[in-house]
Amino acid sequence: MTATFWQRLDKAGRNLAPFAVTVMMVLVGMVPAPVPGYAPVAPNLTLISVYYWTIHRPDLMRPGVAFMIGLLQDFLIGGPLGVNALLLVVAQWAVLNQRRVFLASTFALLWFGFTLVMAGAVVLQWLAFSMLDSAALSILPALFQGLLTVATFPAVGWLLIRVHRAFLNG
Amino acid sequence: MKPRSSGSVIRLAAPLRALAQRFSFLLLVLASIALMMVGKIESVSVDTARARVTDAFAPILDAISRPAATAARVVESVVELENAFDENQRLKAENARLLQWKQAALRLESENSSLRSLLRVRPEPSVNYIAARVIATPGSSFVRTLVVTAGKRDGVRKGQAALAGAGLVGRVIEVGEWSSRVLLLTDINARVPVVLGNSRQRAILAGDNSDQAKLLYLPPDSPVQAGERVVTSGDGGLFPPGLPVGVVTAVSERGVRVLPSADLSRIEHLRLVDFGLPGTDLDLSPEWK
Repeated sequence: MTATFWQRLDKAGRNLAPFAVTVMMVLVGMVPAPVPGYAPVAPNLTLISVYYWTIHRPDLMRPGVAFMIGLLQDFLIGGPLGVNALLLVVAQWAVLNQRRVFLASTFALLWFGFTLVMAGAVVLQWLAFSMLDSAALSILPALFQGLLTVATFPAVGWLLIRVHRAFLNG
Repeated sequence: MKPRSSGSVIRLAAPLRALAQRFSFLLLVLASIALMMVGKIESVSVDTARARVTDAFAPILDAISRPAATAARVVESVVELENAFDENQRLKAENARLLQWKQAALRLESENSSLRSLLRVRPEPSVNYIAARVIATPGSSFVRTLVVTAGKRDGVRKGQAALAGAGLVGRVIEVGEWSSRVLLLTDINARVPVVLGNSRQRAILAGDNSDQAKLLYLPPDSPVQAGERVVTSGDGGLFPPGLPVGVVTAVSERGVRVLPSADLSRIEHLRLVDFGLPGTDLDLSPEWK
């Protein structure tokens, strides 16, 4: 019944997978691609990861974890502190409240749900930046980023399912 | 007795846990908003912390940006191979034209130096360049910065100009030990004192998060034309004067737009200019972020 030290270490390591994968998504999302106009509309991989893990392992993607990841992202991208932290905490909370709906549903509905979350995130981000820069910024780049993120959702989701099965089955 | 008490504990624990969860959500939202305030007020210490975090992740970012750059180079070289013949013809023509310009430049240089010696002009302070590789872009629609692989130990200082290819790219806003961050010209927070090529009109180039920047504080009747070159004016002692910035693309009631000479969306390497001007210790003035 009592797990040995190594078993516990192994379990702790596996339980770190959602956090580690999401941090990796933060970093991969920042890789410069020499495609004209790519950087402003680079897909928000972090949000996909937080969305996925909140639905499937909410015990490992707690609000505190989402907050820490958002804060890391804020530090790394060089924008104002707190914006991505707020974004991910709100997204985590919203998804957690509707988790039962998502868990029982098909992939298409999961995708649709993400589209709604992304739409909320786009508006929230735009509001936060407009207030912090005290200027009416254009929402268009954020909107394109949202569309691109929704488009990459199936591919990233597939990858996350792989990670999920490899590390956290059983 | 026992089962009942454990049942009541469960009955109590469920709402408590829900309360804690809701509370933690509110707490974290408030913490985020507090951080935004702190970032506005305490920008210097936030920048220091940011530089530390960026430093810590720079090796990983460096490693994962390499394969992406390599893949891009392979694709590009295939495309280039296809266009090699046309490119060769074009370059030959351009070379012939540039040779003429070289003659003109040499003549002007000798004339310039002889005039300088007549006037005893003090030479401009010497300029050193620090080359650096771009390892990260923000991946956000509202922030235009780059992280590069050069820091304090390479001689990078806050406020140095960043150049790539054809012109100015931006300014160093934050320096870590081995990485630093460059604010691009097009970021909404970027302000660069410039002078227009033909009319010698001074203005401030300001970004607005689009691909082009706009000119501020131009007199309303200034004779600006599309196609005019924009260079740094050197006002404020931040940048050396005469660095190419961009070209005026549109003049209308809504303002004058300037397209940066350097292609800001595909910078792989850049040069940081160590312009040896005294009295530009920007770490002391937080408002010039």
